[in-house]
Amino acid sequence: MAREEQVAKATATSQSTLAAAAGDRGGISRVRKQRSLWGNAWQQFRKHKLAMAGLVVFVTFLLAVLLLPLVYTVEVNAPYDYDISAGPSLDRLMGTDSLGQDVLARILFGGRISLSVGLVAAFVAITIGTLIGALAGFFGGATDSILMRVTDMFISLPQLPLLLLITFLFRDSMVDFFDENFDNGTLGIFILIVLVIGLLAWMPTARLVRASFLSVKEKEFVEAATSIGATRTSLIAKHILPNVLSPIIVAATLQVGAAIITESSLSFLGLGFPSDVPTWGQMLNRARDYLGINMWEAIFPGTMIFLTVLAINYMGDGLRDALDPRKSGG
Amino acid sequence: MGRYLIRRLLISVVTLIAISVILYLIMFLAPGDPLGELATNPNVPPEVQQRIRESYGLDDPFYIQYFKWAEAYFLRLDWGESFTARVPVRDYVLDRIPVTLWISGTAYLLSILIAIPVGTLSAIKQYSVFDNVATTAAFIGFSIPTFFSGLLLIIIFSIQLDWLPFVYTSTREGIWPNIQQSIMPITVLALFSAAQLVRFVRASMLETINQDYVRTARAKGLKESAVIVRHSLRNALIPVVTIIALQLPTVVGGAVITEQIFRVPGLGSALISSILASDIPVVMAITFGVSILVVLFNVVADILYATLDPRIKYD
Repeated sequence: MAREEQVAKATATSQSTLAAAAGDRGGISRVRKQRSLWGNAWQQFRKHKLAMAGLVVFVTFLLAVLLLPLVYTVEVNAPYDYDISAGPSLDRLMGTDSLGQDVLARILFGGRISLSVGLVAAFVAITIGTLIGALAGFFGGATDSILMRVTDMFISLPQLPLLLLITFLFRDSMVDFFDENFDNGTLGIFILIVLVIGLLAWMPTARLVRASFLSVKEKEFVEAATSIGATRTSLIAKHILPNVLSPIIVAATLQVGAAIITESSLSFLGLGFPSDVPTWGQMLNRARDYLGINMWEAIFPGTMIFLTVLAINYMGDGLRDALDPRKSGG
Repeated sequence: MGRYLIRRLLISVVTLIAISVILYLIMFLAPGDPLGELATNPNVPPEVQQRIRESYGLDDPFYIQYFKWAEAYFLRLDWGESFTARVPVRDYVLDRIPVTLWISGTAYLLSILIAIPVGTLSAIKQYSVFDNVATTAAFIGFSIPTFFSGLLLIIIFSIQLDWLPFVYTSTREGIWPNIQQSIMPITVLALFSAAQLVRFVRASMLETINQDYVRTARAKGLKESAVIVRHSLRNALIPVVTIIALQLPTVVGGAVITEQIFRVPGLGSALISSILASDIPVVMAITFGVSILVVLFNVVADILYATLDPRIKYD
């Protein structure tokens, strides 16, 4: 027992001496603390006040739609029958809609859908765009010209009409298919919308990534990596891609906002999610016929879309400044 | 330039053919009966339905249907008949173009007239109060979706103030009522595209005002207004003109939502109602029409860029 204590004490002392020694040597390194690339970017991002405000708003919304429904347990589709189209009150913070349903509960539920559609659709678009841009930029030649022709063709497709058309044509069969196989028809629409938005939005990213790849692949460090026998896959994924990440991150951020607007437009036009699945756009669609009776039914979901997209766009702006190597370092 | 132009046009034709195949394929693969309401209408006997199917060639394989369609569409300019309106698609679509042109065209023109002076002034007085206000307004302007700004305008100007009608009707007589009902849709569209353009003009202007030739112009004693307008702005506008040409088709496409909010009987609302009614010939005509515009204005933008900027040489 005593021996154990002694050993423990001994180790403790030796550790503290070691720490002290390290502290002595670390004196200089503490003054000029090494900052990582990402640390640098974060320092830079924090200086951009509006971008920080955007980050705070976005994270708040994200937490609110995730956590608040656990506390605020009003049913999304339950009619609150004696009080339809009521304005905000202490009882119902955001009022009720024309069917007597609670607007706050629907905003929280709809936020989950709108935000997740935005995030997943942006992920789809960025993944496709990065893949195509990387292949075109890295291999060049025939691969490049074929992929770029395809990109050009996709850019010439009429985005909104096609989006409306495809969701309208395939909506019912997706719902039926997912209802039968996974017992979840809404998931079918979610996947359809996310895929269609992603498939019609990857082109700018592809061009961006291609251009970055073209310039980075000529750099000496890529030559060095090639000379020590790096494979093509590792050249693309390990050596070049990390160096072109900054514009991709900025594009991804802005893409989330654009995808949220696109999904809301679809739902607003009555071609997105069905009416028992509230999304912010779909709530606006329903509210527009009752503007004279209860304008708050439109103002709350509309403001949510607006604030979310504004927050995301400011974050994108801040990231662009923060990740620009010409601006950082100070 | 000549050879470049020919190659560029050939590529455009190939692109358009590819787009038409894709569009046709989407319609072809879509579940549901292309006859739409006709197929479920009990008053239409099966023989008649079969005759209609045959007359449209709905039982042929994909490539036969596509070639038949393409031959009629491009060579005979026969765009078929609307399933719901029972009139030739060409008349149906052409009838709706003037309203869309009036609303979107005026809006786009307005947005250019707003964006160029605001963007220029914003760049000259970078970080001033004006610049801060303008950039913030532009940021808000393109973060607010048109369907929300449209509803807000209706709440303020139709419901609260009762100044403007919120339903657009083509039967209104006289000039003032027609202008009155166009104010809100035009404002919504104009503000949205002006917000995007302001950022382009400002960025492009910021790039030129620090160029050496601008300093030279100033150094040789030119008036400030001449330096800004003749030396900076003229060069800054080259990429802006290209963007204006490139965005024109999207403005027509973007009018879909605005037309839907204010019930403007133009191409956009025709697109929505024909999609909801599975009126495939009309959907096809409008969607493909927008594609033609996009491809065409891509070429126009390239040509403008080369003509305006003598440094650009295509070969």
